[in-house]
Amino acid sequence: MNEVLLRSLTPSVLGILVRRGADFAAAEDAVQDALVEAVRVWPEEQPRDPKGWLVTVAWRRFLDATRAEAARRRREDRVEEEPPPGPAPAADDTLQLYFLCAHPSLTPSSAVALTLRAVGGLTTRQIAEAYLVPEATMAQRISRAKRTVSGVRFDQPGDVATVLRVLYLVFNEGYSGDVDLAAEAIRLTRQLAAAIDHPEVSGLLALMLLHHARRAARTASDGSLVPLAEQDRGRWDTASIAEGVEILQAALVRDRLGEFQAQAAIAALHADAPAAEETDWVQIVEWYDELARLTDSPVVRLNRAVAVGEADGPRAGLAALAALDDALPRHTAVAAYLHERDGDLATAARLYAEAARKAPNLAERDHLTRQAARLNAHLSRQG
Amino acid sequence: MAKYLLLKHYRGAPAPANDVPMDKWTPEEISAHVQYMRDFADRLEETGEFVDGQALAPEGTFVRYDGPGRPPVTDGPFAETKDLIAGWMVIDVDSYERAVELAGELSAAPGAGGEPIHEWLELRPFLAEPPTITE
Repeated sequence: MNEVLLRSLTPSVLGILVRRGADFAAAEDAVQDALVEAVRVWPEEQPRDPKGWLVTVAWRRFLDATRAEAARRRREDRVEEEPPPGPAPAADDTLQLYFLCAHPSLTPSSAVALTLRAVGGLTTRQIAEAYLVPEATMAQRISRAKRTVSGVRFDQPGDVATVLRVLYLVFNEGYSGDVDLAAEAIRLTRQLAAAIDHPEVSGLLALMLLHHARRAARTASDGSLVPLAEQDRGRWDTASIAEGVEILQAALVRDRLGEFQAQAAIAALHADAPAAEETDWVQIVEWYDELARLTDSPVVRLNRAVAVGEADGPRAGLAALAALDDALPRHTAVAAYLHERDGDLATAARLYAEAARKAPNLAERDHLTRQAARLNAHLSRQG
Repeated sequence: MAKYLLLKHYRGAPAPANDVPMDKWTPEEISAHVQYMRDFADRLEETGEFVDGQALAPEGTFVRYDGPGRPPVTDGPFAETKDLIAGWMVIDVDSYERAVELAGELSAAPGAGGEPIHEWLELRPFLAEPPTITE
């Protein structure tokens, strides 16, 4: 039984039902029923046209569910209502589904859950596990989301940026349960890239591939965080990097720069350096300048200060940092790092400890505490 | 999409505005209070924001290691000032503002005279997974 094949067919089957006029929530239930049926029947005999099979079964389920009485009375008529046999229409409705699931009327967490369920074909249990909430809670989150979008007209053009933000959130969610959300986000973004010709979709896909390529090197065997400069570059996935770079280059030549392409360009420059000290920090600073122009995000300017510190020395980095609000997340951690590079170990140790207390996750807190301890041990040996 | 712990304290927090011990309430007031908490949890499940919640007994025991081959040390009796956790609820919400809003709602559970207790709740964010994209 090919679960990945089933999952990849889910969105287009759902899209076809909705385009034929099925209500979104009812269509979604019907498709889930058809998937269950496929899991039962296919191991014995896989249909020659899996998608057409799913559409037929799902449409039948939809009709049964929404017109149970009429269907009973007019069993003969149903033949006419069934889709013509043969392959499903080539026109791809998947794209509409992405827009619907990322609709601006949904909260970010609802949009993420609905996308994973309707476009990704994941079960409610899998999504609940991935987000560490009870299955009942996730089921409610999804059905609320379905109700919210059920009145949305399907013929309006959607907002690509909203869809990309949802996929970005999925990618960044880490890993728990039996579904790898980063891999799932890549799969969905690939599918989106095949359905729509948009340089920012390529930018996001390239960004994901370039980050995913470094995943094995990002954590040590004990689960602790390994900073970029200390990663074993031999463990980076070179095929994934090459693909990411190729997709990015094709997007960049179209001269419609967006923030995901700029972020991917920075990731590509990191991935391109054979050793940390060979990183092209000057070019990275230039990309951060582009990114700051596109987004004006304070986090971008914080990262830019790090890059300036590498390109022009820690004093320049500290000067760039001084212009920013010190309440920004990771501001203290960046200050600690730049002070250490500048040789002021006592200040750096104090700031690392302070940054550890403010860290948003355990892995970062442990990492920063270790940095403070390392400097403190060094200072006490000297003193 | 961030988890927060809502902590109810027996002691340690500032006194609630409607500070009448529960055994001085009428049985109906107690039922109304319990029902409010239950409805609150049910509503959060419906919005997809409920994770878990439990009530705890008022008396806890502090325990520590006392060296090899010795039984762990327990302390007691409790000093009056010691902070104790009465119960907790975990929520999963889209923003800090939403977490504050929900904590405020939970603090409005009715007490004596059917009036909100105005109890102080502690709101603590969970440490999350590190995001994949950092630089």
